[in-house]
Amino acid sequence: MSGRESDLIQHPFLHFSDVGKSFSTPKGPQVVVEGFELRVAKGEFITIIGHSGCGKSTILMITAGLNHLTSGGIFLENKMITEPAPDRGVVFQSPSLFPWMTALENVMLGVRQVFPHGSKAQRRDICRYYLDKVGLAGALDRRAGDMSAGMKQRVSIARAFALKPKLLLLDEPFGMLDSLTRAELQEVLLEVWSTERITALMITHDVDEAIFLSDRVVMMTSGPRARVGDILPVRFPRPRARAGVMEHPDYYRHRGHLIDFLEGHHLKPATRDARIAAPQASVMTAV
Amino acid sequence: MKDKLISTLSFAGFGWCVPVIRLTTGEDPNEQIRQIFLTIGVPVLTFGLFLLLWNGAASGVRTNLGTVPGPAQVVEQIRSLAQEHREERQKRTEFYARQAEKNKAQLAANPTEAVKVRKFTGRPTYLDQIFTSLRTVFTGFLIASLIAVPLGILCGMSKTLMTALNPLIQIFKPVSPVAWLPIVTMIVSAVYVVPREWMPKSYVISSITVALCCMWPSLINTAIGVKSIDKDYINVGRVLRLGFFSRVFRIVLPVSMPYIFAGLRISLGVGWVVLIASEMLSQNPGLGKFVWDEFQNGSSQSLARIMVAAFTIGLVGFVLDRIMIMLHQLVSYGQETH
Repeated sequence: MSGRESDLIQHPFLHFSDVGKSFSTPKGPQVVVEGFELRVAKGEFITIIGHSGCGKSTILMITAGLNHLTSGGIFLENKMITEPAPDRGVVFQSPSLFPWMTALENVMLGVRQVFPHGSKAQRRDICRYYLDKVGLAGALDRRAGDMSAGMKQRVSIARAFALKPKLLLLDEPFGMLDSLTRAELQEVLLEVWSTERITALMITHDVDEAIFLSDRVVMMTSGPRARVGDILPVRFPRPRARAGVMEHPDYYRHRGHLIDFLEGHHLKPATRDARIAAPQASVMTAV
Repeated sequence: MKDKLISTLSFAGFGWCVPVIRLTTGEDPNEQIRQIFLTIGVPVLTFGLFLLLWNGAASGVRTNLGTVPGPAQVVEQIRSLAQEHREERQKRTEFYARQAEKNKAQLAANPTEAVKVRKFTGRPTYLDQIFTSLRTVFTGFLIASLIAVPLGILCGMSKTLMTALNPLIQIFKPVSPVAWLPIVTMIVSAVYVVPREWMPKSYVISSITVALCCMWPSLINTAIGVKSIDKDYINVGRVLRLGFFSRVFRIVLPVSMPYIFAGLRISLGVGWVVLIASEMLSQNPGLGKFVWDEFQNGSSQSLARIMVAAFTIGLVGFVLDRIMIMLHQLVSYGQETH
């Protein structure tokens, strides 16, 4: 066991301790997640992969503080998470920008909360810096309502980073984008992330996306009573380029590992082929 | 240029003249003529038909005040009302001219003399009455909006408050102005003992009655609008830890603007309908009082004059509604694309 790994066990930056979530339904309580256990080191990029409805989004929303757990606890730097706070930046699946505000104003909304003592110019600089990073330097004053889905999600990424959070939470951020835009935005995300190294937790159901971005891929079993089924460490060197990653001898082994897990667990035969074909069609052709 | 004009016209509610513009620029004449017939020709034809039917039916009914007037008599009364208005204005100008001259002469004779400036006390003309009605309805509407919108926002944000207020809203919503009026009259008379000249009691009473009747649609619509805000927006607000006022002014208000204005539009419509009744009973010198006075007056022209008032009420209501639709479009512009 390396020093880093033992440190992770004793002092995790983010610790999911026996997390459980159940909803009450007319037919009695339904347990969505049970015994979810995960330790994340500072600066790690973790993706959580699993089938729709397995509760992975629920885990993320609880981490964001937007939902409550029913048992266990999530600890960020040893402090239990109970409510939302700007130390956790969230990128939602839909960009959820305010359409009547410009890109800059959307980012500013959060920055104003986090840096209340900074001068107006300083805050503006922060917003500009991150909008520039996501490739929107020329669209600062464009209204969000007039932007394409891809541009909106770029703003949304900038908004999350501009808070300088301890933890970045991404809930299938590219799920609603076309494959070309998705590949582009994965690279934008990776680039911003590699300069900031903010611990990131991302939900996805795209196998290639998970391998390309993360240090570890966490596979969740299908619900009810979903938990961590398996964890795949991805040790490709950073900074990563897509071509380099895909040519790596381990790439297809990793891919096979993930697909085997998803296939082996609880996949209905009818949807299986579509599941496996989908990521191929999305990212592979885009490169 | 042409497209801009067309979109502006459609925005302002003049969509019906778009084919005319297209025709003048020579765009597919046959289609445009067909469109002109459909958008302008058909309504004009129905209106003509209505006038014919009215004319035919009216002469057959005899009342205490003579036969029911047809369109011709109504037009005649419009002219006569306009004439009265001009005469009254003429009298007023003459009055002030005489007064100024008299005062000048007095001052010339004795510079220390305290000259009196009296206001002209002629009776209000039809146009004055329309403006009194408009002033009253807007006062009532303003009072209603100032109460309904903030309250609606709070109701939309807090389920508890909504549950608390719901019974009151449901009970008071259907109460007619005629029922409110005596209550309002008694309370205003007790509280507002010394009326100011620019704010007579009848005006206060009518405005408050209008406000009481027309605040409900705005209140309910605002609450629904606030309640139906996309959960993502609320979540963003929570993640950013926006304070209460930040949430209200940066998220809640802009998102629910279209709902609020849809509510305000209904409110103004209701207010205008209600106003006539409350003016009649409170003797506020607007269109309602005009109708009542003519009814009491019972001259041979009275019925025709009341019909002029009916048309005026309808037309003003229509214009008010158009204005509110425009405002509604203005605030919801570009919000379809989230």
